[in-house]
Formats: sequence, structure tokens, C-alpha cells
Amino acid sequence: MSVILLLIPLSVLFAAMFLAAFIWAVRSGQFEDTCTPSMRLLTDDRQPKENSKSPTFKKHSK
Amino acid sequence: MFSSLIVTELQSINDSSTSAEKPPRHEDKAAQTHCFHCGTRCSRDSFRREGRVFCCQGCLSVFELLTENGLTDFYTLDHHAGVKISSDFAPEKFPYLDEPSVREKLVDFSDSKTTRVTFRLPAIHCIACVWLLENLFRVREGIGQTQVNFLRKEAAISFETGKVKLSEVVALLGSLGYEPDLKFADLDSAPEIGRSTAPRKLWMQLGVAGFAFGNNMLFSISIYLGLDAFHGPSVQRLVGYISLLLALPVLLYSAQDYFRLAWTGLKHRLLTIEVPIAAGILVIFAQSAFEVVTGRGEGYFDSFAGLLFFLLCGRLFQQKTYSRLAFDRDFKSFFPLAITRLVDGRKESESLSQLTVGDRLLIRSGELVPADSRLISGQGLIDYSFVTGEADPIVKEAGDHLYAGGRQIGSSIEVQITKAVSQSYLTSLWNQDAFTKPTDASLDTLINRYSQRFTKIILAIAVVSAVFWAFVQPSLSLKALTSVLIVACPCALAIAAPFTMGTAIRVLGRRNIFVKNAEVLERLAQVDSIVFDKTGTLTAAGAASIQFEGLALSIDELRFVHSLTRHSTHPYAVRISAATCTENDSLEVRSFLETPGCGIEANVGGREIAMGSAEWLASRVEGIPDALKSGSVVHLVLDDEYRGAFVLASALRSDVQQLIAQLSGYELSLLSGDNEKERPSFERLFGSSAHLNFNQSPATKLEYVRALQESGRKVMMVGDGLNDAGALKQSDVGVAVVESIGAFSPASDIIVCASVVPHLASVLKFSKGAVRIVRLSFVLSSLYNVVGVAIAAAGLLAPIVCAILMPLSSISVVAFACLTTAWWGRRSGIANADPIAT
Repeated sequence: MSVILLLIPLSVLFAAMFLAAFIWAVRSGQFEDTCTPSMRLLTDDRQPKENSKSPTFKKHSK
Repeated sequence: MFSSLIVTELQSINDSSTSAEKPPRHEDKAAQTHCFHCGTRCSRDSFRREGRVFCCQGCLSVFELLTENGLTDFYTLDHHAGVKISSDFAPEKFPYLDEPSVREKLVDFSDSKTTRVTFRLPAIHCIACVWLLENLFRVREGIGQTQVNFLRKEAAISFETGKVKLSEVVALLGSLGYEPDLKFADLDSAPEIGRSTAPRKLWMQLGVAGFAFGNNMLFSISIYLGLDAFHGPSVQRLVGYISLLLALPVLLYSAQDYFRLAWTGLKHRLLTIEVPIAAGILVIFAQSAFEVVTGRGEGYFDSFAGLLFFLLCGRLFQQKTYSRLAFDRDFKSFFPLAITRLVDGRKESESLSQLTVGDRLLIRSGELVPADSRLISGQGLIDYSFVTGEADPIVKEAGDHLYAGGRQIGSSIEVQITKAVSQSYLTSLWNQDAFTKPTDASLDTLINRYSQRFTKIILAIAVVSAVFWAFVQPSLSLKALTSVLIVACPCALAIAAPFTMGTAIRVLGRRNIFVKNAEVLERLAQVDSIVFDKTGTLTAAGAASIQFEGLALSIDELRFVHSLTRHSTHPYAVRISAATCTENDSLEVRSFLETPGCGIEANVGGREIAMGSAEWLASRVEGIPDALKSGSVVHLVLDDEYRGAFVLASALRSDVQQLIAQLSGYELSLLSGDNEKERPSFERLFGSSAHLNFNQSPATKLEYVRALQESGRKVMMVGDGLNDAGALKQSDVGVAVVESIGAFSPASDIIVCASVVPHLASVLKFSKGAVRIVRLSFVLSSLYNVVGVAIAAAGLLAPIVCAILMPLSSISVVAFACLTTAWWGRRSGIANADPIAT
């Protein structure tokens, strides 16, 4: 019976991790533009020819 | 044919193309005269490279740039990907962007290493644009990641501060065909264009509430079902405290706005809908916390979190706003950011904010006069239609005064500023009361009027049942009081309106009718008086009807006229040219001469042809009928013989006649900045009961709307230009008509595409229906409250009843609201048409 005393807080902790993931997703702006990512997906396999430069640095968020 | 050709051509460039089926190769010579980049027709001896034809150096440069950087996939992603490079685009005209004062206002973020800037790029139109812009770092070293927002047509670009200048980024975008839309307003807005964090916060609040709701429900279900696992007292206490812990952030964070709004309502002595909600929330939480701490039970934490979750869902649903459209734009969003200034004969681009009285400016064809000024040299032909509503351009001579906001058509002119930008005639409109009064969110909404009565009844029932039980069974008294407040918490009521209005706004949005918020829709349903602007609203800009008065012209003569007029940029010439277009090729034109304000003449195919105003031609020929000497008339003289005249009437949009007939129940007015010449035709259109006013200034339009309102009318103003801005702002519902989405529109409540104007009657009908649906949902949700309150007043409210009743009522009301609104949209003819691509 006492195992439930451990499992319940554990389950809440587990759920809290999903909440944290959700908060991260909102903060990183994933809910603001739901249209462009769906288009980006279609061009993922288009790699420019004979030129493999990569972005020199990453996006800076405020 | 054209698109399949492009695909075929590309198979040769991209041998590694991933496309599975190769379309058959067409060797169609005729189609090859389209520019490979932008698709405009061009002659075969234009710019050539690698067997492909280009219409101009600009398009060729883009192609070379893309080939060089291995980005030719651009042409396979979309068949109409290329954007024509405007002929007056000059990469060297942007240095003013590097001025610290301008740069600082435009960039989102900048330090010694990196800079990030967000631009509006109106040319973004397809998947290839997104792909190209996000691969911008391959084109120019020093540019980092680019992120495109397709719906907003914006791109956020990072670049290395030391390596690349802001002006170079803009020049690069421009040379690819994506010249950023830089407006004067960008200098005083917050750096991030129109981006607010409000929806972000709502998402978080919803997430927290949903998290607590789910977990609490998980525990509660086992208790409701009587499962043995939780029967140990220690487990039950643990679950109670965990539920309390989970509910705490919901109370403190998710419910914040309800407490704030309830307080605002109380301060205005109004029992807004948030008052019973806030009271209900507080009571549920207090009662449950009390039960848990004293060990009497497990409380209603699941219902509490669920309540907030549903309420926030409703708010989020309603908050789907058309954030990509700006409803609150003023003249500053109409003016460009920079203009060409002449200093000692040199041309330099200068930010509008840097201009001072006395500066000399060069205004090219199609550019705006940014401030009140005097014409120094050149022939001014100024189109004021957007500013004053006058449909016809006005001829200005050297020395004449020019008002700000006019658009020069024809050749370049040189002007000298006489008044600062901020003190010009056009700008003074924005000092009117209508623009300075604060626009607080109104508390007088449908739901708050209902809540006034509802809240009083609930409070009365709660007190009466408490008093009743105090005598009958004192131990139940407090429970009855709190139970009534809990179950009467108008959750279903509070989400009925947002879901109905939210659905209605979506239905309208699919038809290119963009409503600012739900309140506007409510006001729309109350409108009883409609004021129309003429130019650009009822009449279509540029789509005039053209009639020829005189002996009918032969096909050959039409060819002469077409060949001549296509060489002029005067709006009349452009319209006549379009109207006389025949299948035959145009003829060669020699010694073409345009006398601004008078007319055009040339030798076409060996015959002398002149077209223009009556005064200009009167000295050459006789027989011009007096009746045709005024108005928008272009006379035609062929080999010194008068042949007749083209009469241009501004054409009504199609179906406007039907619209006016459908709106017979409303008080109709027409306000036009134009002169009286079209009064008779509009009198026929509107009938005798309507008020027609011509020669209206922006200020008199505003006054007219205000006078109507003072006589107790609810006014809807439909207009398009800056000259309507005051009236749009003053009216109860301001409807701005735009030719294309994203084009400049003055501040308004609703933005509609011009093609939708004839359907305004069904929009009004639809809004009335939506309000009726909200009322019906109120009745439905009140039924649930009656049942719940009856149980609660009897003192029988168990947590499980609460847990079932609350979501049941919410979900059924939401389903009713959404389904009925969508059905009503189809019934009233709003939703059944095909969605129009934006």
C-alpha cells in the first residue's frame, strides 16, 4: 500500500515534465506561426547544390 | 502550357531533381517569350543566359545569383515563384538605414556580434519564397538564420553586425525581388512589428489549468468510482494536498485575468460576467481548501481546474485575431520611410523624419508627396483619390501648392517642402477628437447586460437558501450558500459568447471579411444606418466604364487609339488603352508627344492622331459638342478631323445595385469627396430617401457621422481612403475596403476585400443571427444553472454532481454555439461560397 504514496507524487512529477515541455514550446514561439513550419517541411529535402555552407550562427531570441 | 514548360526547362538544370515523373518536353517556341524568372511576356531578343530568356537585367541577375549559390530549386518549388524586379529598384538607395537613429528603431536586437531585424516582405507568396529566404545565408556571407512567417509575410533575419550593414541586407532582399516594405510608422512603433505576448500568456495559463485539470481528474475519478486504493486515510490526505498544490497555480496564475476584469467591472459599478465567475472561483477554492486541510473531504479541485480550463479555451478560441492585418493604422503607415532628397543637385535617400522645411525633393512617378510643398519644376499630375476621394488626377504647374498624400503620376517632379511632415494638411486630421479619445474595451456588451440580471438573481437565491437552511438545519446553511455560488458560476454562459463569436469571425474570415473582435460583431448587429464613400468603395478604382460618343470606330481606328494610348501613363490613357485592346498587334508610334494636363499626340501608322481635353483640341478642330466639354471626357482627332469622344464614368462595382436594394431597411447615405457630376446617376441608384452629399472633406465626413449618431443612430461607415479615416474612426462600425489583403487601409473595425462589398447585406444579416445564437446559448446554459442551483439550494451538491454537470453544460453549449453558427453561415449565404485565396 505504501508504494502508492511514492507512485502518486511520481506520476505528478512525470506530468509536470510535460507541462514544462509545453511551457518551453510556448516560450519558443511554436504556437505563434502554425502555417510556415508546415511549408518548411516540404522543402526539407531540397539541398542546395555544390555548396554546403551552413548558417554561421544560430537565432538569437530575446 | 507555360508552367509545364518551366518544369521541363528545369529538368535540365536540376538533373538530380527529386520529382518522380518528368512531364513531356514541349518545344513551344511561342511560350518561350515569357521571362524565365518572373513569367512576364518579353521579346525573344531580351536578356539571355543558358538558353533562357529574361525580361530585364534584374531578373537575369537573380537567376545568376541563384545559380551561383546552387539555389535553382527555387524555380521547381513553385511555377510562379519569381518576382519581377521593379525597374526603379536601386541597391544604392538605402544608406539612410545605417543612420543610428533609423537603424535603432528598425532592428529587434543588436549587439557587437549579431543583429536581428524583422521586415515585412509583401512579395512573399509561395513555398519557394520561404525556402529561398530561409537559405539567404548561402547567398551572402555574414547573414545567419532567417525565419519566415508566411501568413504575416514577414522575415526575421539575423546577421553579423560587423560584417554586414543593415542597408546591405535590404539591398540584397530588394535585388532578389523582396524589397522590404518600410513605412514611416516603423520609426515610432515598437521594434518587433505588431508582435504581442498576450496570446503567449493565454496559452501558458491554459496549459497550467489543463495540467491541473487532468491530474486532479485522475485522482478524483478513482474516488468517485469508489476504488479501494485510496481508502487509506493517509493516501486520501496525500491526494488532497497534491490536488491543493496543483490548484494553487491555477488560482494565482490562470485565473488572474478574471479577478482583474471583475475588479474593473466593480469599479465601474457593473456586475460584469467576470464578477460571478471570480466569486465562484474563490468560493470553490476556499471551500475545497477548507475541506482538505480539515480532513473532511477531497473538495472540488477537479471541477475548479476544469472550470478555468474551459473558460480559457473559450477565450483562446475567440482570440484568434487576424494579427497579420493591422486595424489601427494611421497616415504614417501610408507614407514611405524614405524619400529622394536633392542636395546640390545630388540625389540621396533620406528618412522622412529627417526632412525639414525648405528641402528639395525628387518625386518620381508613383511616389507620394510626403509633406505640403511647392512644385518647383516638372509637370505635376497628382492623384488625390486616396486622400480626398476625388477620382480624377489634378494638373499642377510650377509654383503650385501640393498637399501631402497625393501620388504623382507621369514624369518626375521636383518640389520644395513648405510645412513639416507632422504639420501638413493631411496630418491635421489626426488631431480630431475622434482620434484622441481613448478606445477602452467597452463594458457594455451583450454578455454583461445579461450578467447584470443573472448575478443579482444568483446572489438572491444563495442568500435565501442560506437563510432557509439556517432555520431548518443550521449545519447545512453554509454549505448551501457556497454550493449555490459554485454551481451558479456561469461557466457555460461565459463560454457561449466567445465560441459563437469566434466561430462567426472565422466564417467571415474565410470570405475575406476580417473582423477586429467580437465586440465589433455585436455592434454590427445593431447598425441601422449605413454611410458609403463613393470613390474606391462603391466605384472600383480603375474599372471605369468607357463609352465612345460619335460615329462608331472601325477596327483599324481602334488600333490607332490603342497604339497611341499605351504609351502614356495617364490613368485615362491606361483605361482607354485597356478598353480598345484588340487581337491585332499594336502599330508603330512616331513623334509621340504628351502635353501634361492637355493630351497626347503622335503619328501612328502614317496618320496624325491626337487625343485630349476639349480646350486643348478646340484650336485644331471644330465641332466638339458642348455637352461633352466637361467631365471625364477624352476627345479624339484623327488627321485633323474630329471623330468623337471617350466618356469615362466611374464604374460601380458589380452587384452594387442589388446591394442597395437589399439594404432598403437601413438609412443610407453617400459621402463623396468628388464633385456633383455623378449626382443624377447616384440618385437613381439610391432612390429618393437616401442622403447624397458631394464635395465632402475628411472633416465634414466625420461631422456627418457624428451628427447621425447624435440623432440616435448606430452608424456603419464603409470607406477606403485616408479621407474616410475620420468617419471610420467616429462611426460605430468602420468598414475599410481594400483591393488586396495587406494593402494599406485606414484605422477601422472591419477590413473587407473589395470583391465582398456587394455581399454586405448578408454580412449584416449574419451578424444579427450570430447575436441571436448567443442569446439562445444563454438560455441553454441558464437551464443547466437552474438544475444545478435547484440541487445546490437543496443542499445536495456532491462533488461528483459538480464534476459531471460542469463539463457537460460547457461542452453542450459550445457544441450548440459552434454548430448553429456554422449552419447559420451557410443559410445566410456567407459560408457556402468557395474560400477566396488570400
